[in-house]
Amino acid sequence: MSDHTSKQFDAEMEAIRSGVLSMGGLVERQVGRAIEALGEDEDSRLIDAVGADEREINQMQVTIDQQCTQVIARRQPTAVDLRLIMMVTKIVNDLERIGDEAKKIAYKSAAVRGNDRLTRIRYHDVVRMAGGTQKMLRESLDAFARLDINAAARVVEEDDDIDVAFNAVMRQLISFMMEDPRTIGAALEVVFIAKSIERIGDHSKNISESVVQVVMGKDVRHASAEQIRAEVAGE
Amino acid sequence: MVTPMEARTQTTTNATMLGSARAGANAPVASEAPPPPLKAESHNLSFYYANKFQALKGITMPVHEYCVTALIGPSGCGKSTYLRCFNRMHDLYPGNRYEGDIVLHPDNTNLLAHDVDPIEVRMRVSMVFQKPNPFPKSIYENVAYGLRVRGVSNKNLLDEKVETSLRGAALWDEVKSRLHEVGSNLSGGQQQRLCIARALATDPEILLFDEPTSALDPIATASIEELISELKKKVTIVIVTHNMQQAARVSDYTAYMYIGELIEFDKTDTIFFKPRRKETEDYITGRFG
Repeated sequence: MSDHTSKQFDAEMEAIRSGVLSMGGLVERQVGRAIEALGEDEDSRLIDAVGADEREINQMQVTIDQQCTQVIARRQPTAVDLRLIMMVTKIVNDLERIGDEAKKIAYKSAAVRGNDRLTRIRYHDVVRMAGGTQKMLRESLDAFARLDINAAARVVEEDDDIDVAFNAVMRQLISFMMEDPRTIGAALEVVFIAKSIERIGDHSKNISESVVQVVMGKDVRHASAEQIRAEVAGE
Repeated sequence: MVTPMEARTQTTTNATMLGSARAGANAPVASEAPPPPLKAESHNLSFYYANKFQALKGITMPVHEYCVTALIGPSGCGKSTYLRCFNRMHDLYPGNRYEGDIVLHPDNTNLLAHDVDPIEVRMRVSMVFQKPNPFPKSIYENVAYGLRVRGVSNKNLLDEKVETSLRGAALWDEVKSRLHEVGSNLSGGQQQRLCIARALATDPEILLFDEPTSALDPIATASIEELISELKKKVTIVIVTHNMQQAARVSDYTAYMYIGELIEFDKTDTIFFKPRRKETEDYITGRFG
């Protein structure tokens, strides 16, 4: 994209864009740590780190939102600038929510481990699902960095797979619970973890849809993956 | 205004048009109303100044009825030249030449035809200029002028027209007690509204504004902009403005021009959110030049 006549305007937009990217990096790290905390040989320091990330992420959300408000007030952005600003305020919201989910995963992981019933529940399916959403998050941030609508459309498609995986995990947990009611407590914890992982996928999908809105000016929030694919192919 | 009920029905229709059987088929989409009827349109309009300089290059563009159409573009892009074609202002200087035509609906008169009297055109298509330019006459006579030129001399009729025009220009309450004072004693914003009242007195079908607020302070500007949104209920408006935010605020349609050519014409919402052409996007986001 070419530069504004006002270099100061360019600098302000660039600060917002790079702010989103560093916030995204932080959220990615936090999600990585939360998923790691799910692993066999946990470390309670990981869980503390996830909490510390959380505070930093919240601060970044406030700062970036403030920068966006200032650009709107002072520059009256239009067209691509306006679309970017509007979507950034949504993207930082999604990122902050992802952070919340990561925190939930990390704290639940401690509860899960304290429960020996859980050794009976092989939850590697949950961990595999977590890998899928981590990939979605990374790809959605890449799509934002490069304003790549094809990459964004792929993320939306991947969310369908996560939803399928989530349903499979649920079925599996339900059968555990039916077979042995003593596992219900532990299984519910895993349900919450799986739900958080699935929500991270949803937020990553939202980020990708925001990228499509920035580039094409089309609101694809409630369109199906096929429709988005078709829109993107038409551009 | 679209009622929530209408919006709901429109959403359903549009979503059905997308026609996918999947869950996304019920996706809400922004509603799209049919465009209002045409008031005028230029066909392949070119314009040459007496020194052979071609200021407009084949401009084809609609003007929708009871809408505000804004012309934007950098200095020298031809937007004022285009606006002036609509009331044959260029005829005042010898050697200027038009090509193509401007058709005024519903009677399909070609405003540029040789057998069309420019004075008649200016009755139907009035103009308000950049700087307020009241005649050195009383407020009353400023407004009555066009009618007197037309041969109206009935005092009652003139009184009535002067009042309705001044009311239409949101000036009546401020001047009704001093109608016979000189127009140039008014403030800048009031003078501009006086010029608007003068333009309204002949019941024009189209009102042309050539940067009507560039000489006014923000408050007077806001009152003129408010007036424009009132006026468009009764008259079609075309406005040239250097102030892009003004175009965004007051207009329904926006045309972006560059060196005599029409680069893009679309609904104002589209132009300022997702223009089709990169040139337009660069200009309105301040990436020009």
